[in-house]
Amino acid sequence: MPGIKPVMTEQMASSPTIANSIVSLRDVGKTFDSGVVALAGLSLDVHAGEFVSLLGPSGCGKSTALRIVAGLSAPSRGTVEWPQGHADAAAGAIGFVFQEPTLMPWASVARNVELPLSLAGVAQAREAVATALAHVGLADFAAAFPRELSGGMKMRVSIARALVTEPRLLLMDEPFAALDEITRFKLNNDLLLLWQALRRTVIFVTHSVFESVYLSQRIIVMTPRPGHVFAEIAIPAPYPRDERFRTSAEYAGYCRQVAETLAAAMGERG
Amino acid sequence: MSGRVLRLVLPALLLAIVVVVWEATVRFFAIPAYVLPSPALVFGALIDDRALLFNSLLVTLGLTFEGFMLAAVGGIVLAMAFNQWRLIEYSFYPYAVILQVTPVVAVAPLLLIYLPQHLAVLACAWIVAFFPVLANTTLGLNSVDRNLMALFDLYKASRWQVLMRLKLPAALPQILTGLRIAGGLSLIGAVVAEIAAGSAGAGSGLAYRIAESGYRLNIPRMFAALLLLSLVGVAIFLALSALSHLVLRRWHESELRAEN
Repeated sequence: MPGIKPVMTEQMASSPTIANSIVSLRDVGKTFDSGVVALAGLSLDVHAGEFVSLLGPSGCGKSTALRIVAGLSAPSRGTVEWPQGHADAAAGAIGFVFQEPTLMPWASVARNVELPLSLAGVAQAREAVATALAHVGLADFAAAFPRELSGGMKMRVSIARALVTEPRLLLMDEPFAALDEITRFKLNNDLLLLWQALRRTVIFVTHSVFESVYLSQRIIVMTPRPGHVFAEIAIPAPYPRDERFRTSAEYAGYCRQVAETLAAAMGERG
Repeated sequence: MSGRVLRLVLPALLLAIVVVVWEATVRFFAIPAYVLPSPALVFGALIDDRALLFNSLLVTLGLTFEGFMLAAVGGIVLAMAFNQWRLIEYSFYPYAVILQVTPVVAVAPLLLIYLPQHLAVLACAWIVAFFPVLANTTLGLNSVDRNLMALFDLYKASRWQVLMRLKLPAALPQILTGLRIAGGLSLIGAVVAEIAAGSAGAGSGLAYRIAESGYRLNIPRMFAALLLLSLVGVAIFLALSALSHLVLRRWHESELRAEN
């Protein structure tokens, strides 16, 4: 698409310095045993306290990138650096939210949320669980079982579980993709309020242009497989963002810019 | 009438009809009791021989229960070992299958040669009952949600934590299915072994009573013992179904009522 150039240089200049980065991927590649090359030469910095989205088509390796950051998958090439000290889920420094709620159906909401703490042998978890459930608006549902909840509520439980260790870094892998639009909008708003209140760093993987623009300070557009960074786009709209932002001309403008960048990225073979 | 009532009334009605026709046939054709005893005679044997039959019932129940418990514990523990150590699975699994596919009726006489009768009966009950527990538990342990595995991985859960807090609870529905099948099979195994022991045996279980009554042409008592055996089987099934319901009712799909 003519007129669209990767905007990396300008964006890098305006973004915080590397020293402020919480995690840096350097030339990360991932080749699966099957021979599929998911990532090739992915480099990106995530800054402390920011809300950044990875946007790309299905299969571009964005989920793989997230799993590498989480330590669930080892990169075949390149390095993952933690300038502010290693963040480790076992130490409670990383929270992960999957596309599905991924709850234990045999355990109550409270015991699901408590899981990261109880696996680490934390005895007094009651208060932390109550706080996490209050954050997602489910304080009254501690004793409920997952099957008694709606899809949106299950996802809230999943977010509460990721927050219960008070992580520095929250990784979210298309968490709202399976929800209906009304529920998704509501959870978008609640997630933003939570982010503003808690100021955790969030890496949010999505294939929705609209969702990424609504939520993020910065969007990293990835190419199709093998994925790497095609462009970074800042969304400087102020927070709090609410439904008025969703219908504003400003929002529509950003969406067009991101959609055009994504279309250009789709045209590029990695 | 609602479906629920019909489910109880119809089988009861059918039973009543069969009993009445049976009684009438025996009387009308004057069939001797050593060929086909009337229901009244069978009921009479049940009352008259109640002390003897009750003792036999206790023996059979005890053996079946012991065999079932051994099968349950053995099957679950073996499945856990298979799940944790692949080499153990590779080594033992073929033999578990061989034990399962060899008809226990053919194995029982051999076991009776080498083992005391009590142990031989137990072994038969165990052989037929443990495999469904093993197979179902293995299936359950292997069908854990991938994302939940990743979650436990993320929080650096130990192998033991993954097994006890994720795999075993996730496998509970399959384990309970295995147990329900094993309950009925352990009764069959115990009965087969006792019948095989036959006249040589010193046993006193219900199956032994059936064999013994057969030799003595005491057909009413045969029927009475058979009736008790069926009741034992039904009781085992109901007990295990109730257990399954109690364990799963709060969370598993199979326990959800259809909502309109």
